[in-house]
Amino acid sequence: MSEKVKVAIIGSGPAGLTAAIYAARADLNPVVIEGEPSSTTDQPGGQLMLTTEIENFPGFVEGIMGPELMSNFRSQAERFGARFDTTKVSRVDFSERPFKLWTNNQTGSEPRYLADSIIISTGARSLLMNIDRETELIGHGVSTCATCDGFFFRDHHIAVVGGGDSALEEAGFLTKFANTVTIIHRRNELRASKIMQDRAFANPKISFIWDSTVTDLHGASSLTGITVTNRITGEKTELPVTGLFVAIGHSPNTDIFKGQIDMDEVGYIITNEGTATNVPGVFACGDVQDHTYRQAITAAGSGCMAAIDIEKWLKHTED
Amino acid sequence: MAKNALILNDANFDEQIVASDVPILVDFWAEWCGPCKIIAPILEDIAEQKNGKLTIAKLNVDDAMNTARRFEVMSIPTLILFKEGQPVARIVGAKPKGQLLADLEVHL
Repeated sequence: MSEKVKVAIIGSGPAGLTAAIYAARADLNPVVIEGEPSSTTDQPGGQLMLTTEIENFPGFVEGIMGPELMSNFRSQAERFGARFDTTKVSRVDFSERPFKLWTNNQTGSEPRYLADSIIISTGARSLLMNIDRETELIGHGVSTCATCDGFFFRDHHIAVVGGGDSALEEAGFLTKFANTVTIIHRRNELRASKIMQDRAFANPKISFIWDSTVTDLHGASSLTGITVTNRITGEKTELPVTGLFVAIGHSPNTDIFKGQIDMDEVGYIITNEGTATNVPGVFACGDVQDHTYRQAITAAGSGCMAAIDIEKWLKHTED
Repeated sequence: MAKNALILNDANFDEQIVASDVPILVDFWAEWCGPCKIIAPILEDIAEQKNGKLTIAKLNVDDAMNTARRFEVMSIPTLILFKEGQPVARIVGAKPKGQLLADLEVHL
């Protein structure tokens, strides 16, 4: 049997949980479809579940661990009555109201939820390099989660691919364990923030290979080395690293919304006038509609906006 | 500490694995691993559900690095299922309960 809800929030990172706190306090009795356990960023709590210390979230003078921050967000939403369903949305139908949602944990073919309004806060996930054997070597030297796997590379020589804040944060974290960390970046300058760059340049264990990409992975049962190719000269270098951490950017989690809602050419949801999408009653917040700022605090801010927008919209349609 | 779970370390690992009459699922985990914390309650549920037919054991990789190395654990959580002392299945990464059960069921 389908359950009728006023507000369904899809996703439970900083955006979704902030929306849940505000919507619950506004007596909208939201249900949060929070996702499923996983070792990728596609899990309840989102991308911060795989980070260590967050130093720039206002209010935490000494910083706070990512998973702890998300656990706090969730408890706060729960305190005001938000309900959680630990599953993923498998299909949506936004063609008429109430909107229909199907989930992975449901039985039968009826939609699990009929929702008067929707907040999409499914975030973004880390991209892979899409080279041969990459997926097969995940957990055997190739990793997308430095905090999960760094420990196993004590005294190893490893490489990090990417040039943004996440890549430098991972590289810095990994120097606690690894002998050397080589950062491989496709351009000749980093896009990471100045403070992260300064730290990386000052770290004696970190070195850089510029203008290059990883083109081959070596090793039978686990990684023994990589081939790095210079994008300008074409020169190939073998690097005998036993760990490779991939932090090359993100892609929005919008596959289930394709054809239902307006997106840009790379799949980010387009929002106008705050958090409204082209479908009246469907709002979007956080990284799923933001490829510019992508911060916990901006995601939380837009989650707050979505809850306020949805409250206004519900009031307006009920009147 | 989790109820129903057997605690393994480098010293007792072989003895416990061989001594078990039922399959043992070893959870390689650590305090600092977020996804490990997420699956811990799921494993407790599974332990309860499979009461008597499956032993759940926890191995803290910080305390038992040698055993983790021996089984080439390079990412946690890693779950290894042992039957009659031999590893028969390996699950790497946190997964939803339904999927964990399905992955295990074929070996039980």
